[in-house]
Amino acid sequence: MIRSRSSFARARAGHPPGEPRRVAYLYLLPAFVVYAAFLLYPIGRAVQLSLFHWDGLSLGTWAGLDNYAAIVADEGLRDAFGHALVLIGFFAVGPLVIGLLLATILNHAKVRGLGFFRTVVFLPQVVAMVVVAVAWRRVYSADGTLNDLLGAVGLDWLARGWLGDYTFALPAVGVVGTWFETGLVTVLLLAGMSKIPIELYEAARLDGAGPVREFFAVTLPSVRGEIAVALTLTVIAALRTFDLVYITTEGGPGNSTSVPSYEVYHRAFELGQVGSAAAIGVTLTVVIFAISFVINRFADRSIT
Amino acid sequence: MIASTRDVRPRGARTRAVLAAGVVALAAAACAPGSSAPPAGSPAQPSASAVRTDAAALGNVTLTIWDQEVRGAQNAQMTALNTAFQAKYPNITIKRVSRSFDDLNTTLRLALSGNEPPDVVQANNGRPQMGAFVKAGQLRPLDPYAEAYGWKKRYPQSVLQYVSYTADGKSFGEGNVYGLPQAGEVVGIHYNRAKLAKLGLEPPKTWAEFEAALDKAKAAGEVPLMMGNLDKWPAVHLFGTVQGQHVPKDQIATLGFGRKGASWTTPENTKAAQQLVDWVDKGYFNKGFNGLGHDASWQAFAKGQGVFLIGGTWLIGDLGKIMGKDLGFALPPGTPPVATGGTGLPFAITTKSANPDAAAAYIDFITNSDAMKVLATNGLLPVADTDQQSVPAGAQQDMFTAFSTATQQDGLVPYLDYATPTFADTLTAALQDLMAKKATPQEFLATLEKDYKTFVESNG
Repeated sequence: MIRSRSSFARARAGHPPGEPRRVAYLYLLPAFVVYAAFLLYPIGRAVQLSLFHWDGLSLGTWAGLDNYAAIVADEGLRDAFGHALVLIGFFAVGPLVIGLLLATILNHAKVRGLGFFRTVVFLPQVVAMVVVAVAWRRVYSADGTLNDLLGAVGLDWLARGWLGDYTFALPAVGVVGTWFETGLVTVLLLAGMSKIPIELYEAARLDGAGPVREFFAVTLPSVRGEIAVALTLTVIAALRTFDLVYITTEGGPGNSTSVPSYEVYHRAFELGQVGSAAAIGVTLTVVIFAISFVINRFADRSIT
Repeated sequence: MIASTRDVRPRGARTRAVLAAGVVALAAAACAPGSSAPPAGSPAQPSASAVRTDAAALGNVTLTIWDQEVRGAQNAQMTALNTAFQAKYPNITIKRVSRSFDDLNTTLRLALSGNEPPDVVQANNGRPQMGAFVKAGQLRPLDPYAEAYGWKKRYPQSVLQYVSYTADGKSFGEGNVYGLPQAGEVVGIHYNRAKLAKLGLEPPKTWAEFEAALDKAKAAGEVPLMMGNLDKWPAVHLFGTVQGQHVPKDQIATLGFGRKGASWTTPENTKAAQQLVDWVDKGYFNKGFNGLGHDASWQAFAKGQGVFLIGGTWLIGDLGKIMGKDLGFALPPGTPPVATGGTGLPFAITTKSANPDAAAAYIDFITNSDAMKVLATNGLLPVADTDQQSVPAGAQQDMFTAFSTATQQDGLVPYLDYATPTFADTLTAALQDLMAKKATPQEFLATLEKDYKTFVESNG
């Protein structure tokens, strides 16, 4: 009785239980201040800079949307965004396919020492990308490990300076990404698969499903959430690739491996075109935001 | 600029849009990035008589100095000179900030535009750095000091041109002096003496002899010319050296300093570009040179791969350590010689420095003839008094001879990437295209011409 009266009173007062909204916002304030100072303000500043022609030193001049128009008009920059899309294939799609395969095998086979294999697969993630890039640069060099291996199996004619080859430089950079991201994807998927109730598999098997049917009917739908997480992480990694390109090729040969985030650095710090760099950065942010939005919409729908 | 955009909306909407855009533009322009301060050095410009050269009488002063002399020998000479300076002038305290070349390049802009920049900074000669700083009024013209200390007698004109800009930063190679370098650099031909002897060859005295030597080395199954262009810039030195054989010196200088009045699309430049392609076709370079790092390439050369290596004097210390007497170095052949070259990073004084007199005294101290001796004993190439240093015979002596010959006969031409703020980018990518045969010599030169023309026209 008392209870219902008080709830009636609250409803009449017209606000939900707890403190009034104005006070609630106060609790959020400290976090918001930090967020604004370190995230919102820099983003706003970057947007502002992108509207200027500025060399980083003297007074900037108003550019309007010139810097953005240049992204569309400049063939080199269009190529850079194109390269980033190619890298998504290597950073996200490749690791996802390999990861699904690896995780299924590891999950099914009940291998002895699973922990060990999981660690080995995950290991590339532990190493800093700069170190990874330096190592792979040696592997790919004209007198490097890869060419030695090719020579050892009689494929001498394939040997080349991989990172200096117009056809192979971008895929070569991409393969490093595949190597790097596969472990992360595998471990994520493995975690997802271990949560699938064993009964589901038993039921599928009773219905006469082979390993392939079982994979598509049980495993794949069960890890849709993990796939979305893995894709979000790896796609963003692909789009913001900087250190790998910076160390291995500096965008070369020619401009065949340049990517947007490398261009941001290059223009802002080496060429003194800060406005243009900011415009690329903002565009890249929007692209990354859009892609992760789409992926997460996909994931949300899979959960409900 | 707003009115010039084509717009087909009805008039009212258009006016509103223009107004709105104008307001936004005004609001944004009101807080335009960068400092609006005019080049502040000018009002305080001291005359030669007002310059105080007696550093001991300046009272207690702290000088903040940013340099990039971080590697072995470079660091050793800098430390030695700083210690000597402090011993001589106990009233001046040196606060040294050492950063790698790359780090200095990326942080100097921010440091200079701040309110308390360092007093002395090492700023790279070309337009993207020193040129931009001069244009923004952040470096102090040193001419009064040059007069007081006699710097213009200390340095040959072919060296001074690399640290000279007009006050507006537009013209490179003439005008005021903005910094003094310690070290000299020249690009030439490194050779492996033992391999030459085995092939029955002498160090080449003419370009034809050099080509003949390349041919003979190829026939003998050697790599004639070692090259690693993964880092993109080494081919600039290679091309500069070949260009020096085909293009008149003053034309190269005009192009290199980014001045009006020259062109890339000339028959002479075409010949130079064509020669590079011919060398690729003839297999004079190691296989996969575009995929080999610069460091890996000189290390391979030091270990005995390749007969020649075109590169700068900065390699001699490292190469000599491994190759010893087998290493030789020569200017590209010719009388007078034409070689790409210049200076190490010059030391400049910032406009906002509170103690320019002490800063000038410091710069004088680290570049006087005693300092040059310190550089030489550390195995470095001093930019002045080069022929007065006594060094043991071998590659180091070759290097000293080459540099003093080049400076005395006015044979140095600027690094080609100095030309425009974006030329390093354009040239290195274009050279990779050329040598991978993705571009013909004509297309290659058209690319360079476009960058050069765009810049010289906008530069006025």
